[in-house]
Amino acid sequence: MTFINYAAKEINCKIVYYGPGLGGKTTNLQYIYNKTAPERKGKMISLATEADRTLFFDFLPLDLGSIRGFTTRFHLYTVPGQVFYDASRKLILKGVDGVIFVADSQRERMEANVESIRNLESNLHDHGFDLKEVPAALQFNKRDLPNSMPVDEMYRMLNYKREPTFEAVAPQGVGVFDTLKAVAKQILVELRKR
Amino acid sequence: MQEVFEAEFRRLEDALKRLERDANAKVVFLIDKNGQNIAAAGETENFDATSLASLTAGNVAATDGLAKLIGEREFSVLFHEGQRDHIHISIVARRAILLVIFDERSSLGLVRLRVKRASVELKKVFDEMDARNEPEVGVTEPSPFSEITDEDIDALFSE
Repeated sequence: MTFINYAAKEINCKIVYYGPGLGGKTTNLQYIYNKTAPERKGKMISLATEADRTLFFDFLPLDLGSIRGFTTRFHLYTVPGQVFYDASRKLILKGVDGVIFVADSQRERMEANVESIRNLESNLHDHGFDLKEVPAALQFNKRDLPNSMPVDEMYRMLNYKREPTFEAVAPQGVGVFDTLKAVAKQILVELRKR
Repeated sequence: MQEVFEAEFRRLEDALKRLERDANAKVVFLIDKNGQNIAAAGETENFDATSLASLTAGNVAATDGLAKLIGEREFSVLFHEGQRDHIHISIVARRAILLVIFDERSSLGLVRLRVKRASVELKKVFDEMDARNEPEVGVTEPSPFSEITDEDIDALFSE
């Protein structure tokens, strides 16, 4: 839920990175963290297992500058992708303003991608949101891998509502900021509509 | 969307200042359940407010999940005891979280007592905010965002 503080002149929005396990959600956040000037970011928090798998969430607060005199803050969260963490995953979606779905381009992960989108749809629904209405972007990550599936084939399987779609190689930053921008823009446009 | 206007913000802040003083606390934060900071009082400069807010909201959300699993509506108070500093977390008006950090200059009993009183005040402000958000009451201030242009949005990313 976008939170507007007129006294502090701040807009706060929440963006959640969703997708199957080991798809690169945390890597997206790490890249953004590493490439953002210190004065524009807060501490990145990762609640991970000892094996570096996301246990609860990663969190990165970003300050994008000001719009009409209001400081615009985006709180980026990732969910744990592993199937059995569904209860935690659902909690993170609470109050979400926009979703980035990070799909794994490897052919053998396609079923996991599809299952994760269904899971996103159902968890959003439980919070009273409709994926058709929520600002969203789709990212095809790991495009550098030899077993990655053709983009048009992935698009047919995974694109939900013609949301903006980006090819990415998250560790190198390819597509990372473009995906984030696409969702941030949609959120701000929603703000204008009301 | 949740909006806090100047006058409401001051009232929330005043209630937090009073709580911080009366409970002998180090710092007091009011956080919304989605992890956004609403207001604070006390030694805020010594704490990373943004991280605290997100972790507290995560903690409360996880505890809420636990409550539901065993058939409780919520656990309304959480307490974490450290060697030096302690954290008291409570839910206000079912939608916000009150986080109080205190040390040996105060006590759990005193904090609980003062938190109860402050919660009543805070709830009153939240209830009025809710009433204002009802469509029939109407918002008197025009939204400053209705005139955001595509250029404004692009400018955010070009810096």
